[in-house]
Amino acid sequence: MAANETTTRSPAAEAARARATEFLVRRHYFRLPEALPWLIAVACFFVFPDRMTFGSQVLIMIMFALSLDLILGCAGIVTLGHAAFFGLGAYTVALASMKLGWSEPISGIIAGGLAAGLVGAVVGWFILRYRGLTLLMLTIAFAATLQESGNLRSDITGGYDGLPGLSFNPLLGYFQYDLYGHTNYLYALAVLAVIFFFVRRIVYSPFGQALTGIRENIRRMHAVGSPVHARLVTVYAISAAIAGVAGGLFTQTNAFVTLTVFDFDASAKLMVMLILGGTGRLYGAFVGAFVYMVMEDKLSKLSPTFWQFGIGLLLIVAVLFARRGLAGLVEHAGRRVQKWVKR
Amino acid sequence: MPHIANIAVSIVFDGLAYAMFLFITSVGLSVTMGLMGFVNLAHGAFAMAGGYFVVSLTRSLGIDFVSSLVIASAAVGVISVPFERYLYRRLYKSTDLEQVLLTIGLAFMAIATFTYFYGPIPKSVPLPAWLQGDVNLGFRSFPSYRAFLIVLGAALISVLWYAFEQTNIGAKIRAAVDNRRMAASVGINVDRLFTLTFALGSALAALGGGLAIQLFGLTPSFAVLYLVLFLIVVAVGGLGSLKGTLLAALVIGIIDTGGKYAFPVAGNLFIYAITVVVLLIKPAGFYGRE
Repeated sequence: MAANETTTRSPAAEAARARATEFLVRRHYFRLPEALPWLIAVACFFVFPDRMTFGSQVLIMIMFALSLDLILGCAGIVTLGHAAFFGLGAYTVALASMKLGWSEPISGIIAGGLAAGLVGAVVGWFILRYRGLTLLMLTIAFAATLQESGNLRSDITGGYDGLPGLSFNPLLGYFQYDLYGHTNYLYALAVLAVIFFFVRRIVYSPFGQALTGIRENIRRMHAVGSPVHARLVTVYAISAAIAGVAGGLFTQTNAFVTLTVFDFDASAKLMVMLILGGTGRLYGAFVGAFVYMVMEDKLSKLSPTFWQFGIGLLLIVAVLFARRGLAGLVEHAGRRVQKWVKR
Repeated sequence: MPHIANIAVSIVFDGLAYAMFLFITSVGLSVTMGLMGFVNLAHGAFAMAGGYFVVSLTRSLGIDFVSSLVIASAAVGVISVPFERYLYRRLYKSTDLEQVLLTIGLAFMAIATFTYFYGPIPKSVPLPAWLQGDVNLGFRSFPSYRAFLIVLGAALISVLWYAFEQTNIGAKIRAAVDNRRMAASVGINVDRLFTLTFALGSALAALGGGLAIQLFGLTPSFAVLYLVLFLIVVAVGGLGSLKGTLLAALVIGIIDTGGKYAFPVAGNLFIYAITVVVLLIKPAGFYGRE
């Protein structure tokens, strides 16, 4: 076999093979542009010191969108109920602080993530056997069930009036929360960085490759003996845990949480952000959440009605003309520039 | 009449009326989804549009309620055709995700448009005298409007049943739901069939929207708020099945009414619980194909 290969391989095939090997080896290396979002995030801290409360909300939504990207962009699971896990994390942190007096922030979000991840694993095990409309409905129904159950026991959850006036210990026992949200912003940024590198690691791992295979052709993955269901449940649980961490951070930075975190609208909005940014490319979550939040902040103050109309229009345009989102457009433009420079 | 029996009759009666609303609004969605496998989240928007047309026709033009219902459904049916022709058609072969996004985008735009013209305040509709008050059936009296809903629903079910089971076009639709490619290859124009059922389904949704005003009040968020209910009816009943949609509407309508009566605080919890249980046992719904 080996001898045969050496005799039949042409120089061109040899070069192609080398290029492919190099591509595979270098695929997961960090590239220079990847530093850009982080530099911008740090720069924002110095440029807009009075908008840090808003800034930390953006970072939290990026994290939440990243969790959706992991299952939607990577594994192709279409869900309109991901707010369920965000809400679970948010309420875990809130209730732990209120009922158990557990107000240490970092262990709080870890607990939120674990709770959401555990529920995600159990729910995922049941619902990920299905696809298409059935799966979509099950995810919606699950989030709605949580919301209604929370409303049923509004003596514990505070119902739609929420749980106000939560307070948390200083970060790491040292950093106090200031009125302008500076601590919260850096806290959220640090957590986001940890989560991001974790997600990036997963996406470029063999496990991530298997997920891509499931997204592209689930039958073939079954046929080659890949444990499809186990992999989907695993990634669903991980994604749920990340959503839970984002939810926990949301509670901590707002010191307030209501049952509206479980809204269908929240799940739909999340989906819009990710689509706007571009699915399956990690930084799509950054672009999408940032652009969406900033536009919402500016435009919904002008006219909520026109804002909603614009979002609808954007979605339609994105589906019909820019299926890879803003990040896709930017990448495309980048490649054009590269070609132009080389020429 | 004993107290308990009286309550049971009320629950079944209100549940039936609710089920008829659910059936009328969802049946079109079920058939179009069964035909093309298209996830249409803008269905609620067509229902909402129907509701607002009824409001305008009765309030501004002074047309009576029943005629307004007919005109509004016909109008929405016609309006839905270009949407199907120029937007939906492009995505028949796309993924679920893209269909979800396109139609959610349409729903958002519809909500914004109707908020702009009608405002966010709930609208009501003037009913003719014979639909107000109660109707006495000998052993007890029932609210007239709900009785009207049940009668109308029963009539529509009979008509649809006949059209679906006995006519040529119904046979074509059933064939296309069963196997679209086979149906196309024996000479059925599936595209035209789909446009037709889409228009019909949207018209029925508009009728449901018009009927819902008296039950729930009408706000622009109707398009998304009740959409989840319609999707649940469709998923639980099984795509493309008239029988399944009816059964799902009945089960959900009656159990939800009973549940809300017994545990008012539970809200829609019963509906979601039924959905989860049914779909876990029968993922394709009552009469869907596995």
